[in-house]
Amino acid sequence: MYKTKFSSLVVAALFFITGCGGSDNKTEADNSEAPQSMIADEPVDDGQGIGKFKDVTLAAIDEKLAKEGQVVFDAKCSACHKTTAQKVVGPGLAGVTAKRKPAWILNMITNPVEMTQKDPAAKDLLAEHLTQMTFQDVSDEDAKKLLEYLRYNDQEGGEEKEEAKK
Amino acid sequence: MKRLSILTLTGVVTSLFFFGALSSCKPPKKDSGLSADAASKVYVAPGKKDEIYLFTSGGFSGQIGVYGLPSGRMLKQVPVFSQDAETGYGFSEETKPMLMTSHGFTPWDDSHHPQLSRTEGQDDGRWLFINANNTPRIARIDLGVFKTREIIELPNCGGNHASPFTTQNNEYVVGASRFSVPYDKDGDQEIASYKDKFKGTISFIKVDKETGRMGINFQLLVPGVDYDLSRAGKAASHGWVFFSCYNSEKAHTLLEVNASQRDKDFIMAVNWKKAEEYLSQGKGMKWPTNYAHNVYDEATHTATSTMMKEVTVLDVKDLPGVCYFIPCPKSPHGCDVDPTGEYICASGKLAAVIPVYSFSKIQKAIEAKNFDGDFDGVPVIKYEAALDGEVEKPGLGPLHTEFDNEGHGYTSFFVSSEIVKWDVKTKQVLDRVPTYYSIGHLCVPMGDNIKPFGKYVIALNKITKDRYLPTGPELTQSAQLYDITGEKMKLLLDFPTIGEPHYAQACPAEIITKHEVKFYKLADNKHKYAATNEKEAKVVREGNNVHVYMTSIRSHFTPDNIEGVKVGDNVYFHVTNLEQDWDVPHGFAVKGANNSELLILPGETSTLKWVPDRPGVFPMYCTDFCSALHQEMQGYVRVSPAGTNPALKFSTGE
Repeated sequence: MYKTKFSSLVVAALFFITGCGGSDNKTEADNSEAPQSMIADEPVDDGQGIGKFKDVTLAAIDEKLAKEGQVVFDAKCSACHKTTAQKVVGPGLAGVTAKRKPAWILNMITNPVEMTQKDPAAKDLLAEHLTQMTFQDVSDEDAKKLLEYLRYNDQEGGEEKEEAKK
Repeated sequence: MKRLSILTLTGVVTSLFFFGALSSCKPPKKDSGLSADAASKVYVAPGKKDEIYLFTSGGFSGQIGVYGLPSGRMLKQVPVFSQDAETGYGFSEETKPMLMTSHGFTPWDDSHHPQLSRTEGQDDGRWLFINANNTPRIARIDLGVFKTREIIELPNCGGNHASPFTTQNNEYVVGASRFSVPYDKDGDQEIASYKDKFKGTISFIKVDKETGRMGINFQLLVPGVDYDLSRAGKAASHGWVFFSCYNSEKAHTLLEVNASQRDKDFIMAVNWKKAEEYLSQGKGMKWPTNYAHNVYDEATHTATSTMMKEVTVLDVKDLPGVCYFIPCPKSPHGCDVDPTGEYICASGKLAAVIPVYSFSKIQKAIEAKNFDGDFDGVPVIKYEAALDGEVEKPGLGPLHTEFDNEGHGYTSFFVSSEIVKWDVKTKQVLDRVPTYYSIGHLCVPMGDNIKPFGKYVIALNKITKDRYLPTGPELTQSAQLYDITGEKMKLLLDFPTIGEPHYAQACPAEIITKHEVKFYKLADNKHKYAATNEKEAKVVREGNNVHVYMTSIRSHFTPDNIEGVKVGDNVYFHVTNLEQDWDVPHGFAVKGANNSELLILPGETSTLKWVPDRPGVFPMYCTDFCSALHQEMQGYVRVSPAGTNPALKFSTGE
């Protein structure tokens, strides 16, 4: 009889002590992003970058779209990038479409913060230029126009233009 | 022996049981008097967010403080009626018009009562209104951006204290005068003519449902007493608004003594729907006047100030059915309407009871003309006819009451420095808790709504004395947070505030954050001098005005080398922040400017005026750390002597 009482009391006590430990601070549940470690496990680098774009296939260059892309470029990119090989705040963009996959370029434009934290090539670029590339509120549609403009620029020989200037 | 040891063990286990109950994490039951763990209740871990926004008046700072609760962490100071050098508010060309009044540029005021906008009697998180007490104005803050977007001056008003109070769907923001003044003959009257000539006014400001834009629909000319505080009716009493009045003695000197003679002052009940009827019948007088209406345009990032020339005034002594006085002991301050709208409780600063009036009894008394004569042509309803009951011996110096959702009132007591919880129906005092020290107003989250949120009461104290590390003769202002979820109120936290926290309003964070704006879209920027990309950056001379169309982006200005400016020129730096990302403002400052800095938010254009006073090369730089190369974000302006003719040149990276 004593035993029964005793064990039920123990159970009750244990229940009270441990009962609500885990859910105590529910109001402080995870609502903030954990800081992204710069040395986090790196995923396999397929050269496509990190973001919503993957396996982007390209058609022939659409010059009309490229012209629209130039307008977006002037408004949102030109403060930091030239279309020649010259570095300003960020790298010169001549030849970028040969160097990077189309998905990587689109991801870099639309998701620059995560890219510079996780993508090996983008991390190297941040280490080199030391200024965080900003997301300039570019829509997916405008990002594609920018890609078209950069392709057009490369086709027209952006790099050579720069050489010719010199 | 065995028995004994088992008993001992039982004792140990029992105490474990109680210990467990003591240290268990949250107060499971309302009446658990033992589970208070103040530290864990106010601890918001690093990286976590608060549950509630608290908006406190900045008092004589003229601004608004924004805090997170339960932590008491200060999040922001919103500049409203005073210039703010930190953000350039009232210093930049775009925001100077916000501080215009009929008296000219007015760079300071005293802000008292923040009031959130309402939909169906509930805080809707769109706008916050606040009064300027000294030079009468009401401001509207947009809670998407936490910036002052409109300020309207109140004409015919001698000090705007009973203000601003919103009706249940923002039909009106209402403000009444504290000081009565004469309005005859340009107001040039002997002060001793107070009793005959001095009048109060109540302004009814309409609020546009979509834009929030304010406009004075009409003013009521009311008897010459001091109007102190107010609440609009709601639910049962929607269509009415109630004011506390003191100085029914009509004293004009030594009010400390002379305005405390009568046993009772008044609550004034105003039927604003009735006033609207008279207005539509053309009963209003058109008074010529002069008042400023200042509006900040989100598209042009620029404020304009317009002087308005006329206002419609209704004289209540000629318009039966608009106003009634109800006697109220003595020098009332708070005049508060419970969540149902049926009960109106008044707090007489010098009274020994809290009278609670019944709206339905007031209506019956009006119908039966159960009056005790009139005061300056306004019928006085008999005290007993309007009264539902009195809270007896509640404390000393009752000031202000808010409510929870369970039928309780919480009243602050300045003299006895405490908060008293009482039952609205039975008028019984249920609990009391000391405040440190000398509480003025108090705030329950959504405590003046139809459905209060409750959970906490915040004491807004007048005296801090020994509660904080001393900082010389002037000590911090302060507030205190109490838990009201149990039968007993429990003190959780002291936290410092800016200016004097006269009053505050609070509501759950999600009501505010759903309106959040992260940056201004460059594509929508219609500022006259915006350069929305670097190709548009330029310098243009027009006579002795030099306009610099400048851009900023991490981490350079374009242009950053400027020549051709002369001593005595008016140089306008129109700086557009090209960033389109959250939390990336740029600052701008130039050496020798008799002005503040600019703080330019992403997508915004802001203008600093600079009049160079000597020749030389003047540095300019970004003041808000923006990137690893922030320290490189700098440039030069060359200033040549007056009377010379230097060529205008500008560049970046050349």
